Amino acid sequence: MTNTIIFTIATLAVLGLLLAIVLYIVAQKFKVEEDPRIDIVESILPGANCGGCGKAGCRAFAEAAVKEGLETCFCPVGGNPTMQKIAEALGLTVEAKDPQVAVVRCSGSCDKRKKTTLYDGLATCATIASLYSGDTDCKFGCLGRGDCEAACKFDAIKINPETGLPEVDEEKCTACGACAKACPKGIIELRNKGPKSRRLYVACRNQDKGAVARKACLAACIGCGKCQKVCAFDAITVENNLAYIDYTKCRMCRKCAAECPTGAIHEVNFPPRPVKPAAPAQPAAPKQEVPLNK
Amino acid sequence: MGGVHPADKKISKDAAIEKLPIPKTVYISMGQHLGAPAEPCVAPGDKVKVGQLIANATGFVSAPVHSSVSGTVKSIEMVKDLAGKPGKAVVIDVEGDEWVETIDRSETVVKEITLDKKQIVERIKECGVVGLGGATFPTNVKLSPPPTATPTCVIINGAECEPYLTSDYRVMIEKPDQLLIGGTILMKALGVDKCYIGIEENKPEAIKLLTEKAKEYPGVEVVKLKKKYPQGGEKQLIDAVIGKKVPSMGLPVDTGAVVQNVGTAFAVYEAVQKNKPLFEGIMTVTGDCSKQQRNFVHRVGTPLSFIMEYCGGVPEDAAKIISGGPMMGKAIVNIDAPTLKGTSSILYLTEAQTKRKPESNCIRCGKCVGACPMGLEPYLLNKLGRNNMFDELEAHKVYDCIECGCCSFSCPAYIPLLDTIRQSKAAVMKIMKSRPKK
Repeated sequence: MTNTIIFTIATLAVLGLLLAIVLYIVAQKFKVEEDPRIDIVESILPGANCGGCGKAGCRAFAEAAVKEGLETCFCPVGGNPTMQKIAEALGLTVEAKDPQVAVVRCSGSCDKRKKTTLYDGLATCATIASLYSGDTDCKFGCLGRGDCEAACKFDAIKINPETGLPEVDEEKCTACGACAKACPKGIIELRNKGPKSRRLYVACRNQDKGAVARKACLAACIGCGKCQKVCAFDAITVENNLAYIDYTKCRMCRKCAAECPTGAIHEVNFPPRPVKPAAPAQPAAPKQEVPLNK
Repeated sequence: MGGVHPADKKISKDAAIEKLPIPKTVYISMGQHLGAPAEPCVAPGDKVKVGQLIANATGFVSAPVHSSVSGTVKSIEMVKDLAGKPGKAVVIDVEGDEWVETIDRSETVVKEITLDKKQIVERIKECGVVGLGGATFPTNVKLSPPPTATPTCVIINGAECEPYLTSDYRVMIEKPDQLLIGGTILMKALGVDKCYIGIEENKPEAIKLLTEKAKEYPGVEVVKLKKKYPQGGEKQLIDAVIGKKVPSMGLPVDTGAVVQNVGTAFAVYEAVQKNKPLFEGIMTVTGDCSKQQRNFVHRVGTPLSFIMEYCGGVPEDAAKIISGGPMMGKAIVNIDAPTLKGTSSILYLTEAQTKRKPESNCIRCGKCVGACPMGLEPYLLNKLGRNNMFDELEAHKVYDCIECGCCSFSCPAYIPLLDTIRQSKAAVMKIMKSRPKK
């Protein structure tokens, strides 16, 4: 009985040892010689494999960084600190980039933009966009079914069920661009986070004429051009009845937002404006015709 | 293989084709066929007559567009289609009903075909005839198969397998001779001597009438088809009539058969024998809740709302209005959209008939696999599609999907299979097209 046990153990031990030797020889013979720096760079990277850099994952980024240099490599998730560490590890220099964040360019919430058709098909933005112009009268606006939320690996963008629009958590957002790619309407843009995380942008993509846009949504950009006229830094262009603020030229003076008659220009993280004593009444029910506020 | 059995609902089948009145303004779309949109050759202020050329074809797969009314061109502007998407259209203010002199307006049936093979295809091209089975593929292109394919027969698609639609049936009943002459013209155009007319067995009057009349037309044979959706699908029809299968990623003409819809065959007759371009279409207004059941000849560019008003207005309990059949038609979002050459119906459905039930989990029951007429596995394609696994989708032949809707129809868990598969198919075909050719 004990002989059997000893024999079994001995056989298995010898077999294990032989196989281990075979494995070791094979591992050494077929070893792929890789630049050890690739492993080093990969360990510095956040490891999210989000594709935000445009490469096929963090390993691919590391390979590209070592083989081609850092000109075409930027990890938005790790940002400047990570790029700095990688540059040091490789003995290269890298320029610091302005941190960016995803911005949702639509203010057509449920109360400002009423539904004109009832859609009960597959509830993804891509499906609706492929079938028709959307369930409101604005064919450019957010469809609210959360393709952006589904694409985000960092839990940074979520649809607010009350407004029907996505909201970006700027602490979590890594500007990887997945949400912007997922949005079939091209509503999400990566813009500079801005000094003190402050930024201004036109939260609208509607290119219809002003009257048509306003009828579809109370918060639409009507292409009036008042923002462009008041901008002293040439940062605003109005094309196809839609204004756009170039974030590289914007100096955050906020004059455009003050001029905008529909509130289409959003200001993020600014201190509140001093309220003028003779402020006009706030709009009541969204269905009424509201006077343009100044 | 596969297929489902939705209820027939041919409630409008006894409504004889009437002429729809002409509206005050028509909006003739430039993109009412597969391929490149036509380019307008008229300008605002021009006076036009019925049947006059107003836009030229641009490229090989394209078709010219003719005016369906006489009057003055008001503008060339972007007009929203029934899905709310804008497209270029020629807007004409109607004045009278003056036709171009070259069109033969008489009612006499012209049996003798005086044009030769090449002239026939050229005339079909000039008259802007496109496939009226729904796809609106330019007919002259279909009649010019690639040199690698040898056509052996014409198949006229009289299946009309979608529930509710009866315009093809009415053409078969009311214009059998014109249809049979159209079939003969198609045979001549392709240089073949056999023409089958496939008719589903739920249209016994059409089968009887055409079988009798076909005796006068050599080479034409009526084939009775089993009633099943999608019997009218091109690939399914070819299999049922001549027993050949269209190869995956191949053309139907690879089997030797060239399929044309009944409406298209009729349009071919009018183009070749009467020199009449395609500017009218035949459509059905129907639905269980519809106030009236009617079949019409409409002038292309007529606003759908005009037709709806003429037929008693939109019923109060209509929840969805479809252009086409309930299986593959498109829901109308913009009722002011104009009719196109390929418009086949206005179908009213109630909420009870169309409200989707909540989706539950797939239990791999396999009903969708049994229902798919192309032999695909919809439950699998759906799962792969929701996870964007494009390589696997290609391996499982998602590009063979004909988007008939049998899978969604048969799913007991109410999973919107077709919605996902359609998008996956588009994504995979885009990837396949972008690959460098060897």
